Amino acid sequence: MMNKMTKKTKSNLITYLIVIAAFVIVQAMVSTGHISSLFKGLLVPICVYVILALSLNLVVGISGELSLGHAGFMCVGAFASALFTKCTSDAITATPIRFTLAILIGAAMAALFGLLIGIPVLRLKGDYLAIVTLAFGEIIKNVVNAFYIGKDSHGFHFTMKDQFSLGMEPDGQVLLNGPQGITGVTKDSSFLIGVILILITLFIVLNLIDSRDGRAIQAIRDNRIAASTVGISITKYKLMAFTISAALAGAAGALYSHNLATLQASKFNFNTSILVLVFVVLGGIGNMRGSIIAAVLLTVLPELLRGLADLRMLIYAIILIVMMLFNWAPKALEWRERYLGRIFNKSAKEGK
Amino acid sequence: MSFLSYLINGISLGSVYAIIALGYTMVYGIAKMLNFAHGDVIMVGGYACLMLVLNLNANPFVAVLAAIVVCTVLGIVIESVAYRPLRNAASPLAVLITAIGVSYLLQNIVLLIFGSNPKSFQTVVPIPDLKLADGALTITGEAIATILCSVIIMIVLTLFINKTKAGQAMLAVAEDKGAAQLMGINVNGTIALTFAIGSGLAAVAGVLLCSSYPSLTPYTGSMPGIKAFVAAVFGGIGSIPGAMIGGILLGVIEILGKAYISSQLADAIVFAVLIIVLLVKPTGLLGKQIQEKV
Repeated sequence: MMNKMTKKTKSNLITYLIVIAAFVIVQAMVSTGHISSLFKGLLVPICVYVILALSLNLVVGISGELSLGHAGFMCVGAFASALFTKCTSDAITATPIRFTLAILIGAAMAALFGLLIGIPVLRLKGDYLAIVTLAFGEIIKNVVNAFYIGKDSHGFHFTMKDQFSLGMEPDGQVLLNGPQGITGVTKDSSFLIGVILILITLFIVLNLIDSRDGRAIQAIRDNRIAASTVGISITKYKLMAFTISAALAGAAGALYSHNLATLQASKFNFNTSILVLVFVVLGGIGNMRGSIIAAVLLTVLPELLRGLADLRMLIYAIILIVMMLFNWAPKALEWRERYLGRIFNKSAKEGK
Repeated sequence: MSFLSYLINGISLGSVYAIIALGYTMVYGIAKMLNFAHGDVIMVGGYACLMLVLNLNANPFVAVLAAIVVCTVLGIVIESVAYRPLRNAASPLAVLITAIGVSYLLQNIVLLIFGSNPKSFQTVVPIPDLKLADGALTITGEAIATILCSVIIMIVLTLFINKTKAGQAMLAVAEDKGAAQLMGINVNGTIALTFAIGSGLAAVAGVLLCSSYPSLTPYTGSMPGIKAFVAAVFGGIGSIPGAMIGGILLGVIEILGKAYISSQLADAIVFAVLIIVLLVKPTGLLGKQIQEKV
């Protein structure tokens, strides 16, 4: 028993070390100029996607529910934090404090939405739950897309019509301009902050998994009826996993929004949710280290293929299909065991 | 009068959703997978029909038939190459992600061949517009054709499933694959047939959709695909009349929402109605409630 625990702790430590080592190597490459400006621009998005993949893996892998609306929580976090930064950029001049507050507010707002959405949604099961999360994701995107917020000397103005019906004083400032979104958010995000957020996310997720609450969540995933007979509150623990996951996605959204000149709600569509799900499934459901690696590789891959121009997404699609078949098809697993022997043996078993 | 014409537009759009949803619901019922590539098969059907009419000057009727054949073959190929190997995979998510990969693949192949510029689709419906009440109310030929098609397809499909051997085999496979195999049913063949029918229906839906909304891009199919999936869930997934009712309700809500509430929020309204329905009836309007046993 003791031996097993240390093994798990060791595995967690390796995951932290991989992240830190990757950070050190990339920083060294940046300072020696071995990295192109294109990849420098990718560093923050990679961090965003890693955090998203980790948070979705909490719902899909640990809690065992398929969520197709993760981009919605990211959207809430991104817009809440961006609005906060725009409103307080004069009042709070210290960037680190302001950005930390912005991330916390993004995470808190996303958690609130996760809680509100989770209460009705988690009563459903399986694919019905998936479709409702998809629906909520689309609703959040559409509503933010139709929302206008302005600020003048009288305070805040809201409308859902257009920017002229805000009814502001001439000195008023439009904060959120419907489909045009938010412009001029200060670029506070950096690779360092991204990596720190990844480490915090990892810390939260890995500790949750090994905690009493985490074991309850996994017990519900493995057998809902058995879990409820031993006195585990299904609603409470499912809601806990869903809300924490939403909060982490909100933090990722805050990191994302402070890296862009213009923030538009249309970016947080169904495809973004799916992209994150692809990271989770390809990296291994419930495997946090796999999620990190898959998110990094699949974010970099389209850029590596950029030289192929039009063929880029085609090859991406083919690689995706082939990797899924190779990793999951029972026949492929059998073949791997026979011909590739021990190298893949372990991962093949873990896949099951 | 304007309400009536919105209503008819809604029913017409809803009929397209219903045809797509029928394919979705059959595939889901039998393979228990969300086929995200279904929407893209619609788009391929639209392109196939358009190319035949433009390049070969084919008779529209022949072109539609050819599009159905193209999509049917495509459906069978996708199923056997990408989905069949994963049927017994450890996680049902594996085949879902593969379906997403297939969806990207179809979009990008079409993008490479035809480019990203929208192609204007010429209607293939020979029915003239119907003017009622001294021209105050116009029902387009496309609307009539769409509604007629969906009703005919639903009736034929119901008869096919309930009266033919192949249809009964589908029901058996949907119920229990292992037991069906023991009864001598060719499970692989039956699933392939389901995909073939679903994809053929997608081609019909694609042609009808593009006749009413004549702009075709490689991404045309994805949103109607999602909406049709919502419609299938709405009506109770696995149920043929459910898919029909779900599709039509969805189309009507979308068009009326666009007309009377907000064009930007129409999609949000559609999804909100779905959520309310599922919270009241967790398995959709006509879905079966399965009691969980210990």
